[in-house]
Amino acid sequence: MKHKRCIVIGYGNPGRQDDALGIEFALRVEKDKHLSMLCDVHYDYQLNIEDSLTISEYEIVVFVDASLDGEQPFAFERISPSLKISFTTHSLSAESLLALCEELYRKSPIAYMLAIRGYEWNLGSEMTSEAAENLLKAFRYFNRFVSNGFCESEVTCSRGVLFH
Amino acid sequence: MARKITIEPVTRVEGHGKVTIQLDPHNNVIDSRFHIVEFRGFERFVQGRPYWEAPVLVQRLCGICPVSHHLAAAKAMDVIVGVGPNGLSPTAEKMRRLMHYGQMFQSHALHFFHLVSPDLLFGIDADPSIRNVIGVAIKHPDLAVQGVMMRKFGQEIIKVTAGKKIHGTGAIPGGINKNLSIAERDEFLKGADPLNVKKMIEWSLAAVNLFKDYHKKNKDFIDNFAAFPSNHLSLVRKDGALDLYHGVLRAVDAEGKKILNDVDYQDYLKYIGEEVRSWSYMKFPYIKSLGKKDGWYRVGPLARLNTVDFIPTKLAQKEFEEFKAYTKGKPNNMSMHMHWARLIELLHSAEVIEELLNDPDLQKDELVRKGKKVKEGVGLIEAPRGTLFHHYRINDNDQIEMANLIVSTTNNNEPMNRAVNWVAVNQLSGKKEITEGMLNAVEVAIRAYDPCLSCATHALGKMPLSVSLVDADGNVIDKKEK
Repeated sequence: MKHKRCIVIGYGNPGRQDDALGIEFALRVEKDKHLSMLCDVHYDYQLNIEDSLTISEYEIVVFVDASLDGEQPFAFERISPSLKISFTTHSLSAESLLALCEELYRKSPIAYMLAIRGYEWNLGSEMTSEAAENLLKAFRYFNRFVSNGFCESEVTCSRGVLFH
Repeated sequence: MARKITIEPVTRVEGHGKVTIQLDPHNNVIDSRFHIVEFRGFERFVQGRPYWEAPVLVQRLCGICPVSHHLAAAKAMDVIVGVGPNGLSPTAEKMRRLMHYGQMFQSHALHFFHLVSPDLLFGIDADPSIRNVIGVAIKHPDLAVQGVMMRKFGQEIIKVTAGKKIHGTGAIPGGINKNLSIAERDEFLKGADPLNVKKMIEWSLAAVNLFKDYHKKNKDFIDNFAAFPSNHLSLVRKDGALDLYHGVLRAVDAEGKKILNDVDYQDYLKYIGEEVRSWSYMKFPYIKSLGKKDGWYRVGPLARLNTVDFIPTKLAQKEFEEFKAYTKGKPNNMSMHMHWARLIELLHSAEVIEELLNDPDLQKDELVRKGKKVKEGVGLIEAPRGTLFHHYRINDNDQIEMANLIVSTTNNNEPMNRAVNWVAVNQLSGKKEITEGMLNAVEVAIRAYDPCLSCATHALGKMPLSVSLVDADGNVIDKKEK
């Protein structure tokens, strides 16, 4: 199967209010006529070791997650392979996944983390209105990023992080 | 000066763990406790919701093992819709079994390759920058690739049986919402290497052998680390076979004497109590006939291989016989043998998946059955980490009015505390300096049980664990985060 140039990986628990941000973002990309022609989409509760194989097949990877205390409305930054190992099977960072991809498949996709700020994490499928607004802003930004040939240079601040 | 070592979460997220080891001025261990901030709001959350929503709603609890909650809730709802635990159509039951064994396979594979193999391949006191899954990928790339592909295989099984990647809808009250097409079946039976069931069986067997080889060379560590006698509890099939999906409830003591003799789990409240202790949010379950002090028990792979009489698949049975012979048929009370048991179950799961894939019932069309509705139902399942209890009662409007869940990690609360205490007393007490290796020893003991610590949310900024060294005045002397 021929892959697109970019894959968007959204993750989180959609049953936990704003933790749904990553998955909601991925679903919007999947439904968008323009973006879905240029990006494949994957979503899950969390990142998993087998995702290292998936990302090895793309040139660009955009991870999308909710952020607990990050910048508002969102931050978009380049990330690199790095060792961040948890002591349980319950979490794997995007950076660790990139490191695993590099070691196992000798591939180093260009990777970004789109961290959309969330506020409430209780049981329930209702996202807060603030988080929904942040999602919208992040989505608009991503649209420009893709239209710009997957280049963030026009809209990125000096630290490599975009704050809207 | 007395001091306290604390391994604790940095955020408020439900489900995180904290280890506190209290030392006296001479660094001798006074006490140790393993706290898990269990989330208890779910029972209230489902109140008022229609009962048929439960199998989907419960997946909000946990992004790690949603399939276990999905199936346990569906089993309880089978009772409520009057089909009962034994009344599903063959297609429905076998599709659920395929989903469940797919989950068991991927979960056990992940645990072994991601968490345990670094400790075994590099040693628990090795440099943590090497002792991790990336280290395995560098030094043993073939093994790491196996771990990745085994996870992927299990996840694909879940995807075709649960129907959706997130909040799967496969199991519904009284049945299942789809069967398995020939094309889907053949992907798993005849897929290109390595993603086919034959290769999964071959690799599972290799993983068992890897552990046995390590055991031969490290007998003292594997046999003695955090070993202590306990009771063991699990579901078993009516004929005593290992059955991870359904059965009767059996418990044995440390010598193998039956405490619960194959009882109907619909009556679990007659046999199981839950103790509250002031210092922990998580309850401590116990077998009522033995009382709170002596009635605690282990659940999970080790407990299961201690309660069952045999394993109904050929290769796993052979390994089971070797496992049982090691303790001369008596229950195995060695915490590190949990890994051995888990790998035997990994092999068994792969064999069951193969059997199910070859079963033509999976292509038949009777998906759902109906019966006479009742107000209350209990669903039990053997989740990867142990026995999972779901209990619901509904009102005249078909709304859930009561829910009670006992999750696997809650069942293992006391054993995990005992394991941490063993490490504290045997490896930390009297030492002048607490090294990273010693702290990892605490984690190794906890890891054997693979507790479900952070099931709910995984948003950026939520670190799963931090390690703090605190003196008697409450000053943080040192802090590490993982």
